[in-house]
Amino acid sequence: MRAGPLVEIKKLSMTFHSPAGEIKALGNISLEIMEGEFVSIVGPSGCGKSTLLNMVAGLIKPASGEICINNKTVQGPTSLVGYMPQSDRLFEWRTIWKNVLLGLEVQKKVDKHSRGYAEELLTKYGLYEFRNSYPSQLSGGMRQRVALIRTLAINPELLLLDEAFSALDYQTRLVVADEVKQIISRENKTAVLVTHDIAEAISMAERVVVLTKRPGMIKNIHHIALTCSEKTPIKCREALEFKDYFNKIWKELDVHV
Amino acid sequence: MSEVPTPDVSAEHREYLRNRKLYRIKIVAAQALLLVGIIILWEAAANWRLIDPFITSQPSRVVKTLISLHNGGDLYRHIGITVFETVVGFTLGTVIGTGVAVLLWWSDFLSRVLEPYLVILNSLPKIALAPIIIVWIGQGMTAIIAMALFISLVVTILSVHSGFAQVDTEKVKLLRTFGATKIQVLSKVILPASVPTIIAALKINVGLSWVGVIVGEFLVSRAGLGYLIVYGGQVFRLDLVMTSVIILAVAAAIMYQSIVFLEKIIVGQRH
Repeated sequence: MRAGPLVEIKKLSMTFHSPAGEIKALGNISLEIMEGEFVSIVGPSGCGKSTLLNMVAGLIKPASGEICINNKTVQGPTSLVGYMPQSDRLFEWRTIWKNVLLGLEVQKKVDKHSRGYAEELLTKYGLYEFRNSYPSQLSGGMRQRVALIRTLAINPELLLLDEAFSALDYQTRLVVADEVKQIISRENKTAVLVTHDIAEAISMAERVVVLTKRPGMIKNIHHIALTCSEKTPIKCREALEFKDYFNKIWKELDVHV
Repeated sequence: MSEVPTPDVSAEHREYLRNRKLYRIKIVAAQALLLVGIIILWEAAANWRLIDPFITSQPSRVVKTLISLHNGGDLYRHIGITVFETVVGFTLGTVIGTGVAVLLWWSDFLSRVLEPYLVILNSLPKIALAPIIIVWIGQGMTAIIAMALFISLVVTILSVHSGFAQVDTEKVKLLRTFGATKIQVLSKVILPASVPTIIAALKINVGLSWVGVIVGEFLVSRAGLGYLIVYGGQVFRLDLVMTSVIILAVAAAIMYQSIVFLEKIIVGQRH
């Protein structure tokens, strides 16, 4: 493993133009993410956290500043980055197997090797026997696992989770977050989770980045050190320090309703 | 939806299932009775001269006409021609309409430029174009098919294009993060996600195509069910008109059910 940062975000700003005027979405964000690290980004709604993720994914170009992954400037979507959307977004007309191959198909990388890897992932995470089923035949948690395998199948270095669990009900959400976190650490992936759920952010990540209101800037970065028996998100929630982090971040978000 | 009661089904549930079945049988029976009732009333009223069968025809005359058309050998030619024109009409309408919708999806500029024209064309009663089509294309089957096509084309373009716009943007975004090109977005998400919309358009087009074909046959043809109807009207043979209308109703119903069946095969697999 390399010691240097996998992702370098340098003085990133973003402005959106609309007939009503221009909106400064992000102001001067600098952040480094190490290989194998799990970083959560929280912020008040509309602070531009999804915009930040879209820029890392190469979907939109920053107004100024740059993003480097593996020392290379992001110019557009690459296979270095895997994106997990809100809710699973499985294609209901494709079987589980065809859903998993979607990214490889788009990148024209379906071959013996990549198919083998996808099969291995399905087997490892208990979905191989469902490969010929359609998404509607699977439970919410299983669908989320398929979505993660679809992202992992292109073998990305960096995973971007955009409010990835927000469509699930609370109980399922806890279990799925647990599973996803374990899979990500077993596969040695670096991950960035954008969420509005403070507890989820703390329980999953090694660092929590708090953004200010629009234009989003970094307000604080918390290094999360929890004393818990197992390093799983559900167990982490039981740690004594958990509520201290929660209260601190809650105050920083400065929510007024 | 299996109705077979399994051993562990409670008496209450069996009762519920039985009532449900009974209710459905009642509906079907009432439907059959309604049809039979109308036929009997129609026949009786004509026999008792409550209505004039010369103007209203009557079921026994319809059957006689049907038999003589069958014996004359012309019946199936007329049905075949009309059905063929209709099928070609709605198939072309759906395929060309979807094609144009793809172009509009591809170019936002084009879709914005053409929008007011499409809206006006959509609200225009296409039958008003019939004389123009006949002058331009000539009298014959091509003009009839063109009529059926024009009637369904614009509404297909509009509904399929708006279907494309309603495809989940997060799915499109997901594909784009994989680095998908525009043509891949089209082929892997926009088109497959819009299959139900396209089939819905197809179902509407079947009905519209019948309208186009019958109007076309009224105006120009020398064969087909529309021709039989208009000919029967001109020579005051209401038996022929009624018989043709009934055949038309049956043909249209069969065609619609075939499309519903096709829809079940294509879309059913997703659920």
